[in-house]
Amino acid sequence: MGMTITEKILAAHAGKESVRPGDNIWVDVDVLMTHDVCGPGTFAIFKKQFGEHAKVWDPDKVVIIPDHFIFTKDTHANRNIDILRQFVKEQSLPHYFDVGTDKYKGVCHLALAQEGFNRPGEVLFGTDSHTSTSGAFGMFSTGIGNTDAAFILGTGKLWVKVPESMCFEFTGKFPEHVMAKDVILNVIGDIGVDGATYRAMEWRGDAIMSLSMEERMTLCNMAIEAGGKNGVIEADDVTIEYVRQRTDVPYKIYKSDDDARYFFKKTYNASEMEPVVAKPHSPDNKAKVSDCVDVSLDRAYIGSCTGGKLTDFIAAARLLKGKKVKIDTFIVPATREVEQDLYKEKIGDESLVDIFKNAGAYLGDPSCAACLGGPKDTFGRAADNQMVISTTNRNFPGRMGSKQSHVYLASPYTAAASALTGHITNPAEFIYN
Amino acid sequence: MNKVIEGIAYVLGDDVDTDQIIPAEHLVYSLSDPEERKNYGKFALSGVPAEQAGLPKGNTPFTENGQSDSRYSIIIGGRNFGCGSSREHAPACMEIAGVQAVVAESYARIFYRNSVDGGFFIPFESIARMVEEIKTGDALIIDLNASTMTNSSSDKVYDLKSLGEVIEIIEAGNIFEYARKTGMIPSA
Repeated sequence: MGMTITEKILAAHAGKESVRPGDNIWVDVDVLMTHDVCGPGTFAIFKKQFGEHAKVWDPDKVVIIPDHFIFTKDTHANRNIDILRQFVKEQSLPHYFDVGTDKYKGVCHLALAQEGFNRPGEVLFGTDSHTSTSGAFGMFSTGIGNTDAAFILGTGKLWVKVPESMCFEFTGKFPEHVMAKDVILNVIGDIGVDGATYRAMEWRGDAIMSLSMEERMTLCNMAIEAGGKNGVIEADDVTIEYVRQRTDVPYKIYKSDDDARYFFKKTYNASEMEPVVAKPHSPDNKAKVSDCVDVSLDRAYIGSCTGGKLTDFIAAARLLKGKKVKIDTFIVPATREVEQDLYKEKIGDESLVDIFKNAGAYLGDPSCAACLGGPKDTFGRAADNQMVISTTNRNFPGRMGSKQSHVYLASPYTAAASALTGHITNPAEFIYN
Repeated sequence: MNKVIEGIAYVLGDDVDTDQIIPAEHLVYSLSDPEERKNYGKFALSGVPAEQAGLPKGNTPFTENGQSDSRYSIIIGGRNFGCGSSREHAPACMEIAGVQAVVAESYARIFYRNSVDGGFFIPFESIARMVEEIKTGDALIIDLNASTMTNSSSDKVYDLKSLGEVIEIIEAGNIFEYARKTGMIPSA
């Protein structure tokens, strides 16, 4: 009996010929990532358990990317960045992307990709639930807490229960106005917020493999919103080319066997996909955009690990070019690289930055910003009972700030189209006219 | 290990996410500083919508008057308890407020794993749905050996699922103690 890509990667990192779903194994970790919210707690546990002067198992495998609470006057938040700096210094860690320096990146999941830490076949853990994003590179990646991260810091290992795999296959071609965000919101709506709990979500099919790395990341990013342990897409030429531009660390490509066992398998016709939103207050509260056109909005937010990549802004700019937004619209590039690309990338002779500014949108600095609310002075933080359309990943009560606010999750196309009209709007209206 | 857990119930619904358990604006406090960490108890479950807070009546704060301790030490939940962010501040804030056990129909995996590996409290799974059976304020007794929960307020006894393979980590105290017991890391 064959194995899935997830099973093969985990087996290889446990020094085993094969594993089965349900097996509890200890795996060797290739990369541990942490950030400003969970790093300080992780380091405190590490010191308590392994000693005040203990050294991390392998400095080259530890990646620290402050991104959550960066541009704030909150003294505790800023103190936490100092704790990161101190630990990096004590441990002589080479992969730290400090706030206020040229090395600062922004949102960790995209920074991992852009800095060459996502490599096919590897095992990556991060103290952030959206660490599942890295699975887009044909690797195993998942989110953990401070305790597990501290355990890895000391040992380079972690216990893992091998997950069952679910296969989501998309054949054919996605319509032009449908983005990966619509695809993942559709699937989460189908299976529910606990539909993939403890399981791997494997994406397959020619429609999936036609997507860019950034769009593939969007699919894997939100695996956690269905409860998934990891999302994964086999590496192909698109992956290899992206990785080649960013690292020369050798890696190994794994693919699922033809006779691999799946707990669940569903094939979708890509051409039948439609733009959808997740209505308040749950990512599985799916509705067709065309059924929500009566919803009036107060603001649009385009940003985060899910919806703040260059592809997302190209999509938004395509609709916003030459027009004015009707509601407050916040543009938050995930990373500095994306921010710089907003100046370089053009539609016609106008840069994305100019398109956004001329449309009347507000531009923020790269970080997680209002995706998770954050300190009161966070850029774009939802206030009062605002109605928000957002390209982020969660619309739980209070997630983007005010407990009274209402968040609709959508693709960058849908968010941009809705920003232009002030109500939820099908991007097809702008794309095909 | 304590084989019986007694406490007052605080009942929540389905899909209680970690932003409800501890809103992100509070994730700035130190978890290791003995005084500063009390903030987590103070804000534990503060993101739960008022009508869902302490079912069936709702509008029952988990902690009161800026206190870091709660009178409720057993949380009753529905499906997918602890979904969302991987923030370990979520189980930590509940422990800091005095939670000893959660009894839910099912858990989101990172929250469950954090609870076990960090040794914050014991996450039990109920066999039947408890959310409509137990009322906030009921006196509960959990018997680990028998895998049962008794509601002293109604004298009803409910079966809990066996803790299964994670029992060894729970009995050891946390993942570090478990790894020491099994020789994976040297004894302190």
